[in-house]
Formats: sequence, structure tokens, C-alpha cells
Amino acid sequence: MKIKLLFSGVAAHCLIVGAGILLAPAVVAQNTNSLRSAESFQSIADERARSLALFEEAGKVIQHPRCVNCHPATERPLQGMSMHPHQPPVFRGDGGMGLVGMQCNTCHSEQNTPVVGQADTLKSIPGNPAWHLAPIEMAWEGKTLGQICVQLKDPKRNGDKTMDEIVEHMAKDDLVGWGWQPGDGREPVPGTQEEFGKIIRAWVDTGAVCPSG
Amino acid sequence: MVTFTLNGKERSFDGDPDTPLLWVIRDFEKLTGTKYGCGVAQCGACTVHLDGMPRRSCITPIATIDGSDVVTIEGISGKEAQAVQTAWTGLDVPQCGYCQSGQIMSAVALLQMVPKPTDDEIDGAMTGNLCRCATYHRIRAAIHNAANSMEG
Repeated sequence: MKIKLLFSGVAAHCLIVGAGILLAPAVVAQNTNSLRSAESFQSIADERARSLALFEEAGKVIQHPRCVNCHPATERPLQGMSMHPHQPPVFRGDGGMGLVGMQCNTCHSEQNTPVVGQADTLKSIPGNPAWHLAPIEMAWEGKTLGQICVQLKDPKRNGDKTMDEIVEHMAKDDLVGWGWQPGDGREPVPGTQEEFGKIIRAWVDTGAVCPSG
Repeated sequence: MVTFTLNGKERSFDGDPDTPLLWVIRDFEKLTGTKYGCGVAQCGACTVHLDGMPRRSCITPIATIDGSDVVTIEGISGKEAQAVQTAWTGLDVPQCGYCQSGQIMSAVALLQMVPKPTDDEIDGAMTGNLCRCATYHRIRAAIHNAANSMEG
């Protein structure tokens, strides 16, 4: 999945990153963890092409491990930028809240929790009041951006949401928003939730075109 | 100032709000039955009951439990706790014993929620409690024995 992330990042930013390499390394660093504004896509005259470009930009967030780790294709969540199976070995359970006796809130709090007296490699335990896995029908792990896109538009696989509700979820949901505030020691998803919400809004308004494949 | 109930008694803590509950239990309340294993919720040795649910005390900042009810291995009670204690001694479950208070807190919580758990339910609930002596087979058998003893 990290490879896919890199590919999508490259697809969306080859020109910008290329320019960054020529200009200054600091520019590259900034661009790899940012989102283009929805307005900047107005330069693409063809609406279908614009919609496609918007979703590919959104894919930098959607396919980021911070998001995919809790949209697993199996019963077990993933962890970290390497997207390894969650340790300790926990499983989906009712409502994605974990199995009886080993629910998410056995360890995860309502907010990110700093760990005390540990190595620098682990600075905090992630948390949110709504901490849970996405339902299995919303699995993103192992899927292409095009497959995820089609899935997002399918009420049977998006929680029976309208496209307006999808926009609302992406732009406002607090657990989705955790991706931008993942706690000390964790790379946030690119940009801001507000920017991401505007990109999803613009994608929907331009026909919600999906990448092929 | 954080106030909470610890094994049925009102307690308060006025130190650093980020202090882990485990440290308060062990260092300030001097209840050392709850163990420090990993400090990052990977081993389960520090398991307590927080408002009736199993909780890793090593990654629970004391500020987050204001008004809560905390039960440790020293204060666990009820028919499930009694059944687990009897089953544990009956099968001589512990070897070195370091992880066992955490194991017992998880086992009691499981039985409170699922009186007759299957092997899968036991494995699911106990998967976060590590035992370097590998007493897992006796732990699972003892949970079954405890469940059977509570029937009828």
C-alpha cells in the first residue's frame, strides 16, 4: 500500500516535485505532505478530467496508511506506516469495536495519549472517542484508488450514504479528522481536513469521476 | 486534583495529570499487585478494571479517570472472581506469576460479560495478556473450569 501511496503521490505531483527538486529540498518536503487547493483544479478545463484529478489528489489522503490501517480487508487492523498487523493481535468484533474483553478502549483513550518513559520510537498511543474499525464492506486495504472510488459511491459499501453525506463525512467526521491529528510520533495525512473536504466536494460537483482500474 | 474510587475507597491524586494510572496505583497507593510489564499496552500485565471494563493502566493518564471506578487485583470480588481464584489454584496456573494479576483481571472481566465463553472467545479476550512462561493452556482450561463452576 505504501507503494501505491507513492505512485499516487507521484502521479499527482510529478511536476510540482520535479520543480521542487530544481528549486530547493524544503519545497519538496512541504509538497509531499500537502494538498493542492480545490480551486487550483479550475485550470483543468475539461470537467471530467478535473473530477478525475481531484479524486487523485484526494487519494493522497484516502490511501495514506493513517486511513487504510482502519479500513482493513481482514478482521485485524493494521498499524504504522509499514501497515503491519496490529499488535497486540486484536480483531474487529461487533461494530468494529473489538472482541469482548479486548475492545479498542482496553488500550485506546478518547484522545491521543503520550507514553511515559519509553524509547523515542513510540511517543503516543492514538485515540479518539469514536475509535473503531470501518465495516468490512468499506475495506480499502489492497484496493486501487479506482476500486476505492467506485466503492465510495456504492450505497451498499459506503454505509448507505448519499454523495452529500460522503462529503460531510470526509469534511467533518471527527474520527476521519484524527488522520490530521494522529498524535506525537505519527505522520499526519496530507493537508487539512478542510482542504480535503473541499476537494471531495469539488469532485462530487464535477461528476465524481473515478480513475479506471 | 483527580478523584476516583479505588477498590471501593474514594481516592484523590494531585500530581502530574499525565501520570499513568499504573504509577498512581503502585507508587502512591502502594498496591503492587498490578504489574509493570511493557509500559505501552503490549503485554497486559497492568490490566485493571476501569468502570467495569478491562483497561491497561500503564497508558491511562490519571487525568482521564476523574470520577471513575478502578478495581485492581487486590480489590476484585464477586462470583466470577471467586470462581477464577478457585480454578487458578486448582490447576496451579501460574509459573513465575508475574503476568498473572493481569491475566486474572482479564479473565474475570470476560466471565462477567460472557459466563460460558468458547475457546475462541477466551482467545479473543486474553490475546493481549502475554505470559513468558507460556501458561496459556492452563489459563484457558482454568477459565473453562471457572465458567463450569458457576453454572446452575
